[in-house]
Amino acid sequence: MMNIKTIALLSVLLPAAAQANISIFACEPEWAALASEIGGQQVTTYSATTALQDPHYIQARPSLIARLRQADLVVCSGADLEIGWLPVLLQKANNPAVMPGSAGYLEASGVVERFDVSANVDRASGDIHPLGNPHVQTNPHNIAAIASVLAERMQQLDVENAATYAAGLADFQLRWRAAIERWEAAATGLSGKRVVTHHKSWVYLERWLGLVEVANLEEVPGLPPTAGHLGRLVAQFENGGADVIVRAPYQDNRASEWLSDRTGIPAVVLPLTVGGTDEATDLFRLFDDIIARLLGATS
Amino acid sequence: MSIKTSGQLLCAAALLASSITFAADGEIEALRAALDELRADYETRIAELERRLVAAEQESANAAPTAARSESSAAFNPAIGVIFQGQAWNYANDPANYAVQGFPFGGEAGPFEEGLAIGEAEINVSANVDDKFTAWLTAPLVIEDGESGIEIEEAWIETLALPAGLSARFGRFFSGIGYLNSKHAHSWDFADQPLPYQAFLGDQLLDDGVQLRWVAPTSLYVDVGAELLRGSRYPAAGADNSGFGAHSLFVNVGGDVGSNSSWLAGVSQLRSTSIDRESGDEDEPLIFNGDTDTTIAHFVWKWAPNGNWKQRNLVIQGEAVWRDESGDYTVPGDGPLAYDAEQQGWYLQAVYQPFPRWRFGARLDGLAMDPVAADFDDSSLAAPSDDPRRYSLMTDWSNSEFSRLRLQYTRDEAGPGDDSQWGLQYILSIGAHGGHSF
Repeated sequence: MMNIKTIALLSVLLPAAAQANISIFACEPEWAALASEIGGQQVTTYSATTALQDPHYIQARPSLIARLRQADLVVCSGADLEIGWLPVLLQKANNPAVMPGSAGYLEASGVVERFDVSANVDRASGDIHPLGNPHVQTNPHNIAAIASVLAERMQQLDVENAATYAAGLADFQLRWRAAIERWEAAATGLSGKRVVTHHKSWVYLERWLGLVEVANLEEVPGLPPTAGHLGRLVAQFENGGADVIVRAPYQDNRASEWLSDRTGIPAVVLPLTVGGTDEATDLFRLFDDIIARLLGATS
Repeated sequence: MSIKTSGQLLCAAALLASSITFAADGEIEALRAALDELRADYETRIAELERRLVAAEQESANAAPTAARSESSAAFNPAIGVIFQGQAWNYANDPANYAVQGFPFGGEAGPFEEGLAIGEAEINVSANVDDKFTAWLTAPLVIEDGESGIEIEEAWIETLALPAGLSARFGRFFSGIGYLNSKHAHSWDFADQPLPYQAFLGDQLLDDGVQLRWVAPTSLYVDVGAELLRGSRYPAAGADNSGFGAHSLFVNVGGDVGSNSSWLAGVSQLRSTSIDRESGDEDEPLIFNGDTDTTIAHFVWKWAPNGNWKQRNLVIQGEAVWRDESGDYTVPGDGPLAYDAEQQGWYLQAVYQPFPRWRFGARLDGLAMDPVAADFDDSSLAAPSDDPRRYSLMTDWSNSEFSRLRLQYTRDEAGPGDDSQWGLQYILSIGAHGGHSF
């Protein structure tokens, strides 16, 4: 019979906990977080951007090329969100395993129904994405759908551990479904609330919670808010008509605070992804925090 | 159906049955109460079912996985874009007489035309050929001496599927040496190239050839490349060695420092041979035959608070170039004379974006050389008495990612007389436009 000493000796001699099998390069933190939820210790994740960066404006940094060179799976929002930098990284990284079209390349927004898809795109209308609004992560139902496809890809890339990913997915979906029920119960009071947003970053959240978007601080999507447009917004909302002004952490605070000062409408920072606020430390806490902040601002 | 509900149902049914035969006032009351209870229970259950139905409908509306999964890269095939560049320059001295003593320019180097000029409109076409190759074409529409024409600037294909971090590029391309050399003009921070690029690379080294590149599997970015080039363009010429007249090697390393800063540094060398290379005055050119070694060291440091580039950022970059040239020069009206020169060039620049749309930049560039043989004392090849220098300031305004207007001032102490140069420039892009490299 093995005594404790033998067990301790064995545990030292045997290889340490199974090494990660899939190296995941996520363009945004939410996909890195989702991959960790499903893959657990079987995967290593790296996020190319943080929640404090506008993912549309990222430098194709050398460090990102080096990370992409070694990645087995790339997970990005897609719908042209990363068009300014991801194609450059892919071209420079010389890694055929993650080229578009391969199993190692996944665009999360390709899995769900995208809003604001526009067949007729004129750049005079600003930074419009012809493939639709890419910020799909703000609806947890989308995350559930993407999780299933992401798990499929993991199973495809690491067949040996397919059962582990299936179990990881099932566990996540169970916890996620319960959380969605909790969020939806907590957020019933938010339905019908009117929001002014800095950029069209929240259309999926709005549809989910029944929020009504009444204006954007950016007159032309992607271009900084102008004084003239903000002046018109003051006239529009100084006697009510909106319940909250929303911006992401990386968006300039001046426009929303200026409008808030003049109209009395509360301005709130909402985490657009994991890490956007001190509270939003994982996907679950991300939505906890979004709803808590919206409830706090509108109560 | 729960046990409780079925019990109630049985009970109600029994009550109902008994009520037919033994109807009495008290029994009717009890019956009514039981029925009411049953109705209320079912109403809650139906409401619950309705709520779940609504939720299910919402869920499927929210997250219906679409059958056709679209991915960005396939949006346009091929990607076609046009870049418009135009400018207006004003000089105190006549730019037609511009020359830098000791550094006769070759290739495309030299000041821009004075006055209004559309420069060039550049058509870019790119797409993946298949799963193994991708292709790129840059064809500028140019106007020279009143004649318009189309040129082929870059035309290359590159592999997509080589293993082990390797890729190969074939065709005509900007060499990977230095930092600025492979940058397209529309992505430069100043309207013109710094002096070392003008003096040693004919503005920008473009040639036909093959490039092999390897990216190391390390978390520190390491990129090693080698090129074999035709050698038909300055600083080579004449496509020596049966059209294999130049070759280069380059190494780049880079990484991040925290989330605010990232950097890139590299060294590269171009070795070229020239047969009857022309430089200097177009009508009475100098002719060079011999070998040229050009060595470049570069670094770039980029900073943005939290790495959020859109709001505020700063870029500092610099390059140093050493040229070792030996062979013979034929000065107009003279026979070939042995020539051996060590020359250097450098620039240092900073560009700061304090808030969205506006950027401000400053650049210093200069050249230096050791004296050459006394035979060249009275020629344009003799070392200058003062090292050539320029001081430039620029500011540009970008309405969007696709439009930029720029004002540049250069104090030139490199040409025949000190000069103040003012330039206005626009750079506009329509259609598909890929991202820029670091």
